[in-house]
Formats: sequence, C-alpha cells, structure tokens
Amino acid sequence: MPHPTTPEPALRATLPGLRVLITGGTSGLGLALVRELAASGARVAFVARGGERVEHLTRELAGTHGIVGDVSAKTDIHQIALQALGELGGLDVLVNNASDLGPTPLALLGDTDCEDLERALATNLVGPFRLTKALLGALSASAREGRGAVILNVSSDAAINAYPTWGAYSASKAGLHHLSRIWDAELGSEGIRVLSVDPGDMDTPMHALAVPDADPSTLKQPDVAAHEILEQIVAALPKSTTSARSAQKVGEPA
Amino acid sequence: MIAADRPVQRPAAAKLLAVDSEGRFSHISRDHFVELLRPGDLIVANDAATLPASLHGVHLPTGEAMEARLAGWSGATASDVSHFAAVIFGAGDYHTRTEHRLAPPPLAAGDRLRLGPLTATIVRTLGHPRLVSLEFDGTSDAIWNGIARHGRPIQYAHIAEPLALWDVWTVLAGPPVAFEPPSAGFVLSWGIIEQLHQRGIQLATITHAAGISSTGDDELDKRLPLPEPYRIPEATANAIAAARTRGARIVAIGTTVVRALEHAAGTDGVVRPGDGVATQRIDSTTHVRVVDGVLTGTHEPGTSHHDLLAAFATPATLSSIDRELDAHEYRTHEFGDSVFIERAEQSQVLIFGLFRRQQPDYRQRGRG
Repeated sequence: MPHPTTPEPALRATLPGLRVLITGGTSGLGLALVRELAASGARVAFVARGGERVEHLTRELAGTHGIVGDVSAKTDIHQIALQALGELGGLDVLVNNASDLGPTPLALLGDTDCEDLERALATNLVGPFRLTKALLGALSASAREGRGAVILNVSSDAAINAYPTWGAYSASKAGLHHLSRIWDAELGSEGIRVLSVDPGDMDTPMHALAVPDADPSTLKQPDVAAHEILEQIVAALPKSTTSARSAQKVGEPA
Repeated sequence: MIAADRPVQRPAAAKLLAVDSEGRFSHISRDHFVELLRPGDLIVANDAATLPASLHGVHLPTGEAMEARLAGWSGATASDVSHFAAVIFGAGDYHTRTEHRLAPPPLAAGDRLRLGPLTATIVRTLGHPRLVSLEFDGTSDAIWNGIARHGRPIQYAHIAEPLALWDVWTVLAGPPVAFEPPSAGFVLSWGIIEQLHQRGIQLATITHAAGISSTGDDELDKRLPLPEPYRIPEATANAIAAARTRGARIVAIGTTVVRALEHAAGTDGVVRPGDGVATQRIDSTTHVRVVDGVLTGTHEPGTSHHDLLAAFATPATLSSIDRELDAHEYRTHEFGDSVFIERAEQSQVLIFGLFRRQQPDYRQRGRG
C-alpha cells in the first residue's frame, strides 16, 4: 500500500523507536496505524482476535509483534500486557482502537439485545479501562524517563451526538470519551496524556457493516485518519531527543 | 506472626510498624505511610512486573509430571527470553508446602520438557540436581505468548486460591522481569502516588528482576537470592544525586531496591545509570551507601530479607522489632503487613556487624 503522505518533520523525529501497542490492529484504522508506525521505525505490538490474521500481518511487517487476544475478555488483559511489555521492553503509547458495533445490522435501542449492549460495553469501554490500568505503570515510567506517554482512545461523533440505531455503540463510546477526559485530568501530574479522538467516518469493514450502502468515495481513507492520529499523538509527546527514545530493555547495554 | 492468606494488595486493615533511626517505634495504618515521609524525600520503587513463572508440564524422557519455576535470567541479556535458570519440582502443585514437594525425576543435560504450548531443553544442571539452565524453543514472541498463556504466578501453600496475574501486578508494573512480585510495592496506589506529589515527595523507579524467595530445599535456599539483573534509568540516577545534594532521604520501597541501588553505587556512593547484575548479599556487615530508609514486609528471622534489615538497624532494635510484630499480630508473607526502618547511624550498625558475622539460613517467603 503506498504511503498516503510524507511524514512531517515532527513525525519523522519522534516515531523511530517509539514503543506503541494498538488494539484491533489487523483491520481498518488499526491496520493503517500499524502499517504507518512500522514504516516510520516505531516498535509496534498489535492485538487482534483472529490468530491467522495476526500471523499474516506479523509476517508481512517484519519487526512487529502480533498478539492474539480479545480485549473484551478479562482473562486476556494481563496476558496481552505481559506480552506487549516483554516484547517491547516498555510502552510509550497505547492506542485503544478495537471496537464493537453492538447489534448488526444496527437496531433501535428497544430492539437491541442486552447481550449486544454488554458486548459493546466490554469491548469499547471495560476492555480499554482494564488494559489501560494494567499498562499505567509502564506508561508512567516512560513519562518519568522523559520519553512521554500517551493513551489514545478511538472515539466517534456518536459518543456526543444521538443517532438513532447507534445506541449500544454510542453509549459505550460516550463512556469511553468521558473515561478519557477524567483519566487525562487525573494523570496530568504523572505526565501521561489521555486523548479521545474521533477519526471521522472511514472506509473500513466496520463502517460497511454499520452502513452497507454508504458511498465509499464520501468516506475518509483509514490511512489518512491514521496519519492524523499520529500527528495528535506526537503533538502530545514531549519534544523528543532521539537519545531519550532509544529503545532499551533491562540487561541490554545502555 | 500470622500468614496473610488472601491475595489482597491493600487490605483496609494493613498495618505498618515504623522504626526511626533512634530505634523508636510507632504503629500506624499502612494507608498513612506517606505521613512518615518528609517533603523533599525521594522514594524509589521497583517497577518490574511479575512473570507467571510457574510452568507445569512433562519431563519427556520419563513421561513424569513436573513443574518448572523460572528463577533467574541466564541469557546474555535479560531480554533474552530463551534462557532461564529454573528450579524443577516433581508432580503436585503449590497446595503442598515446597519442602514436602515430590522430587523431579533425575534431570540431565539434553532432557526435553513439554510445558503447555512450550517445549524446552535442559542445557545443564547448575550444581544442584533440581536447579537447571533451560532453553526454550521458538521465537521470542512465541515464548512470551507461551509463558503468558500457560504460566501461573509462583505461589506458596499459605494462599489456597490460585493467584491470577492481576493479583501480583503492582500499580507501577512495567517490564515483566521479576519471578516473584516486588511486593513492598503493593503499598502504592495511584491515590498514594498523588499524595506524594502533593506533599513534595519525589517518586522514582528502577527495574529489578526479583528472583524466587524459596525452593523448599535447604541446599538450594542457601544459594538464594540468585544473581538479579537490574536497570537504573538516567532520570532515577539524577533524582538520587539531586536528593543527596539537598540532603534529603532516599527511601527504598522493598529489599530489591536496596539490592539494586547499593550494587549500582560505587565506593563513592554515586548511583550510576544503566544495567547491572546484583550478586551481593546485604547483611549487618554491609556498608549501606545510598538508602536511608526501607519499607518492606515483615520478615521472619533467619531469612535473607531479615538479614538485610541488619544493615539498617542494630541487633537490639531488630530483636525488638521481631517481638513487637509478634505482640501486635502482624501478618507476614507477600500480602502481609509492613515495616518502615529508617537507617540507624551507620557506625552503630557496622560495629555490631563486625561482631555478628553468622551463617544465615536463607529460608524466606515473600519478597518485600
């Protein structure tokens, strides 16, 4: 896939060596983020449920670390955190991107099964809460060491606006949006930024599931959205020196 | 003391015995730990996350069930996840006290092990029939995946319910390099860290690969702690230097922090950033150069952690602490209560240390 745009100087200076974990990394926006970060020299681990797709992408993008896991499952969270921290040696950026639409086709709230709402909440709200909590220690270490630390939660305009039939998804994203705001307020003293970003309507498999008859030409390409998101992450990181961000693990020469 | 038998990191009733440099005692609720600190103090914690280092499986040459407890990093670097030192147990699990566990079948170099999704080879035995060097097959990612999915936190018979990874995951947990939790860090919550900021107390971290605390075998236990790799970030080394310059105290959260900082300090007492492997034992004969106070668990006399405290307090004070903990029904082990000891005047401690070289018995439980 051709690179959508040339990285700006800030991206070029900051991304190499940056340690990033992305959930939902084999499809849509997550996939575009994994590709752009890997191409920019970042150290990337990504999570997705499908073992085959994870394996395929790991083979395609040498140096990336694929983790098979389901962020909606409580017992997967620390396994994901352990693998990501083991493989990367620490973490500078967490992108909670994996999302669940709720009922498909979309349904009026009154017709939404409780199980569909629960699944959307587990994937879009409770999962990011758990994973973030497990990784706060590692992120705070990055902040203390001057590398900076950013948690970016992928939100939606549905987190703010009331669109009929988007109830389960909207409620979960509204929760995530507010969780992000509170955590950002609480973690400022630790030097950790928590961003909630609406990437816009994108031409992704999830959007096609939600709005099957949408005209793709009216939708944003995920690699454009990924590039915008990386700019926001870099803007939230301290102005880096390359030496502060040279990746290092315990036992490796400084 | 009473065994803490529930995996709760910050029980509401947790107690703390504080001992100042004059050997005076006070008992406080552990929630109020921050009140023992002074503005300007620097506290240093170990941010190592804990590996699920207990791997059950089969010794393939005999087909017998066994358990490998990863106990030390033995590759060229600590990030080499293929090579470990491991203690091997026979069939059974943590419900049986380690000293009563069945022995594994005779182990020899070249023996193959199947540990859930992982396979490994015994490279050699390490001077004891149950202590071996293991090499896992596969890529680093595959090994991390296998350990994450199949491993369980190492635990002991005093806790009946199986530990989950989140039970041993401290709030500051980062690089997964410890084999047992740096449990003194259980005292820290984000609320306590916020209080530190508010009171002008600085927090810094090191990463220290805390090893296992007990094997149930006297010979093997005498070799503990095994060498433990650590890393001192530059920011931490700078914070320590700044604290010393302004005459502030440096408070270690846990014995692993003491071990790392004192190892990293040169004879000039300057802690340099970078990597090292702590090989020393700390006891009454150790000249402590960096750490002014230590927050740790309650340790039984005769353990290496208890010996470490003899570098901070005189024998008379230590004996009084032991009596005080018993009299006030403090709980012990990794989820137990805590002790804060401010280092006594160095000359006092060392004078006693010179007369007090002893043969320590390294049985212990719960790193703190």
